[in-house]
Amino acid sequence: MSFTTMEQLKTIGRELAMGSQGVWGSSKEFLELVKTIGEAKSKAEEERIVLAEIESLKRRIQEPDVPRKKMKEYIMRLVYVEMLGHDASFGYIHAVKMTHDDNLLLKRSGYLAVTLFLNEDHDLIILIINTIQKDLKSDNYLVCCAALTAVCRLINEETIPAVLPQIVELLNHQKELVRKKAVMALHRFFQRSPSTVSHLFPAFQERLCDRDPSVMSAVLCALYDMILVNVKPFKHLVASLVSILKQAVEHRLPKSYDYHRTPAPFVQIKLLKILALLGTGDKAASENMFNVLGDILKRSDSTSNIGNAILYECVRTLTSIYTNPRLLQNAAEITAKFLKSDNHNLKYMGIDALGRLIKITPECAENHQLAVIDCLEDPDDTLKRKTLDLLYKMTKANNVEVIVERMVEYIRNISDNHYKTEISSRVIELAERYAPSNQWFIQTMNQVFEIAGDLVPQKVAHDLMRLIAEGAGEEDEDADSHLRSSAVQAYLQILKEPKLPSILLQVISWVLGEYGIADGSHSAEFIIGKLCDIVATRPGDDKLKGYVVSAITKICAFEKAAGQTVDLIPECVSFIEELYASHSTDLQQRIYEFHAVLKLDRDTIASILPMDASCEDIEVDKDLSFLNSFVESALANGSRPYLSDNERRGMGAMTTLASNNDAGTSSLLRFQPYEKPSIPEPAAALVTASHYSQDAIDQHDIYSSTITVSTSSRAPESSSNDGTRLKLEGVQKKWGRPTYTPEAQVPKNPINISDSVKVSSSAAGKEASSRNSSAPPYTERKQPSQEISAEKKKLAASLFGSKAGETKAKPAAKLQQNGTSKKAPAKPTSPPAPAPAPPPADLLDLSDSLPQIPSVDPVDQLADLISVDSSAATSTTSLVEQVLDAGKVATKGPSPQASLQKDSVSRQVGVTPSGGTNPDLFKDLFG
Amino acid sequence: MAIRFVLLVNKQGQTRLAQYYEQLTIDERRALEGEIVRKCLARTENQCSFVEHRNYKVVYRRYASLFFLIGVDSEENELAILEFIHCVVETMDRYFGNVCELDIMYHLEKAHFILEEMVMNGCIVETNKSNILGPIQLMDKSF
Repeated sequence: MSFTTMEQLKTIGRELAMGSQGVWGSSKEFLELVKTIGEAKSKAEEERIVLAEIESLKRRIQEPDVPRKKMKEYIMRLVYVEMLGHDASFGYIHAVKMTHDDNLLLKRSGYLAVTLFLNEDHDLIILIINTIQKDLKSDNYLVCCAALTAVCRLINEETIPAVLPQIVELLNHQKELVRKKAVMALHRFFQRSPSTVSHLFPAFQERLCDRDPSVMSAVLCALYDMILVNVKPFKHLVASLVSILKQAVEHRLPKSYDYHRTPAPFVQIKLLKILALLGTGDKAASENMFNVLGDILKRSDSTSNIGNAILYECVRTLTSIYTNPRLLQNAAEITAKFLKSDNHNLKYMGIDALGRLIKITPECAENHQLAVIDCLEDPDDTLKRKTLDLLYKMTKANNVEVIVERMVEYIRNISDNHYKTEISSRVIELAERYAPSNQWFIQTMNQVFEIAGDLVPQKVAHDLMRLIAEGAGEEDEDADSHLRSSAVQAYLQILKEPKLPSILLQVISWVLGEYGIADGSHSAEFIIGKLCDIVATRPGDDKLKGYVVSAITKICAFEKAAGQTVDLIPECVSFIEELYASHSTDLQQRIYEFHAVLKLDRDTIASILPMDASCEDIEVDKDLSFLNSFVESALANGSRPYLSDNERRGMGAMTTLASNNDAGTSSLLRFQPYEKPSIPEPAAALVTASHYSQDAIDQHDIYSSTITVSTSSRAPESSSNDGTRLKLEGVQKKWGRPTYTPEAQVPKNPINISDSVKVSSSAAGKEASSRNSSAPPYTERKQPSQEISAEKKKLAASLFGSKAGETKAKPAAKLQQNGTSKKAPAKPTSPPAPAPAPPPADLLDLSDSLPQIPSVDPVDQLADLISVDSSAATSTTSLVEQVLDAGKVATKGPSPQASLQKDSVSRQVGVTPSGGTNPDLFKDLFG
Repeated sequence: MAIRFVLLVNKQGQTRLAQYYEQLTIDERRALEGEIVRKCLARTENQCSFVEHRNYKVVYRRYASLFFLIGVDSEENELAILEFIHCVVETMDRYFGNVCELDIMYHLEKAHFILEEMVMNGCIVETNKSNILGPIQLMDKSF
């Protein structure tokens, strides 16, 4: 390979050109180390090298009289050790010492190492403060700058006062570099502790007019953060800032601030950000800005990245400040351009910009339907997620079904828990806010549960159970019971799936326990069998077992109350037997309660565990008045009257011994649960028992204790819900949308949609509207649409189409069908017209072409090489010639001459030119 | 604070330079670097140069064998950061002359000094190359 030959040639040249002493003071040993690290082929190999290095450094850094230059090298080696993921704290103190050095390079290297090693709360910092103070006073402004740079990293709230006065002084230093860094140091203090510099606002403003643009731009960094906290004190700056921006835009800053011929783009962007803050909700301030913003839109070069970056920032500003229709129109055009671009980065920016625009002009989304859908279906995950963000922002009642479905589909396919959590919480939020029907809501929640499982907060599960229990919160019992039995059906379906998350199983257990036999279509034995199956899938899950035991208890109680006998199936018996000896006291309590309940007579059972009473209020008689007669008769029989805790303590000293048995012990060991054993008697007390136990389960988790399960009395404010995911086909059937599954095994109880569709009370009071939208029965069968563009159009219609109130629901529902039943909606099957996967015009990556060696004729390069080497070192020449003879030379960068020369001067390692080295190390970063 | 970290990583996933503007332990850094590099390496050239990771948005750009990555918060202008990366590389290129991975490795402190001039407190504070390199070159002379 001619390429490798070239590298070898360079290496040889390098070796020859350098002696053992490096140009910049690095020893051969150091270079050797770096070289080995650079050539390590695996993490493991790198690890070995670093571990060996740590051992050797530990030893050598302790030696007395290490020369200062050598020490600097050791410290850089420590930096390597930490950078590669190992602890180098054994050498921190030496880095601290190096900051004392008189030599500027050594001092700055010391500061650098310290800032890399220590965080601002480290104990060693205190040793540096003194040095910093001294350096801030130095006559050498570079020393000052080194100290200021360190201040920005090492000073914390407590040490600010130690350096603040000196730094304020430096604001007026004659060197602009020092002024700039002093501003940044104060900026840092503001970040750490705003109050320490709040008296300096005028000084900042003065620096804003500094004659040096770099100081001014540093002030902008500080201003931005200050304005972010509080806009008011800075309102008067609008005019000055606008004028600075104008000057920058008009190219009046020195040429050296240009970047790719764009004038001071980073300053422009910072200013735009600040103006956005200042102009928010302020018409007068905004009007000051319109001119210059218009200017920027006109002047910025939309063919370069940096030009587009400014344009994008301008759109952001325009969407934050008081609106100007004409400029907003321009912003929309720019956004459109971004979205139409083939470049993915621009599309991404376009989606973001669109998300900002629709906050002001929601209509504009419609113009970009297809572009948005392309992005949504793009294989690029970043783009897709950004588009989901956009959809989230534009969700309304009429498109919630499609959007939620997209989101659910997305989380189904990712494994990153962070985003699963984030997006599923969004799904829950949207579903709660816009759910068209309770059934849809429950179904959606089930999907979320199934996919995101235990990432979903427990509260969501409780809200879902409550929703099922309360139904629509109206007096329509039929609809409610219908909802419940369809929930039971759905859950029985779901149970056929393997590996369900615990939280979903808890919901299922509760629902089966409460409503499993309510509509009479399932026998108690059947439901109990299912419940036992649930336990079998997750043997170690005590919390789940608790739910199951309570469910079984309820079913048995219902049966008995109805005058039936329940024969427990063998699995159930063995499951129960086991629990008597459970390690969990909670489970034991439940199982003993279960037994106790079963022994009671029919009427008592009916009153302690009534059917479907989970939402009834429980009257708690806190005074235990029903015990009055018992107490009275006890007193009459000579018992001592009850003394409260306090009373008892008051007399404690006297009665210690005497009362030890009762009062004494009880005050030590009184835990509430002990009071319960009095259960057997009154029915009323018992009602609570089962509920208590339910609560007990939930004490495991934070939210629960009140909301829980069966409990009765909670106010139904929010009907949030969540669900794990359902097996969709089944669900759809059961949920009464016979359309989805062609066979349409219409549920036993044909669902009357208008009945069952009830808006959950929490669904943001949208009852009316949601009812309308769900009114059209879902009768259409989905026609498998062949051409994608048609499908896309449909998707577009359902996402964006905001007209025709009634028709809306239809396309949405249809799409949902498509999506869910197919699971993988026809994706990038290359739509003909809109061209979703365009050949990426890559504006960005200069180096992309690099890996494939530029095809330059090697022979052309020879001449250059010769001339280089002859000028560099005589001995290299001969080497070059040798290689020439071999006739293969490849080129590296565009200017082999320059790079070879530099190589020979500045890189002096003995890198052995074996084929095994890492040629990438030498590759110019720029092609 | 806008910029949360700057990372240089080669295509084998080996860290070549790391600068964090917030406090992370060595283990956290290690994990973060591993995860991010894996994500970036998995992407194709025509996909966006932006990746979301945990609470960061990572803007990355590849030069030969080296990836330059900058982690920013959600308020940052990604496209501008992308160009800022290029500006960093140009500056290094001007300083080292045809900069390559090994230059940065041998002169790690210099690469850091350049970065220190350009980014302070997580803000882009300087992009004027003469302003950036001036003090560093002066220091080189004094050595």
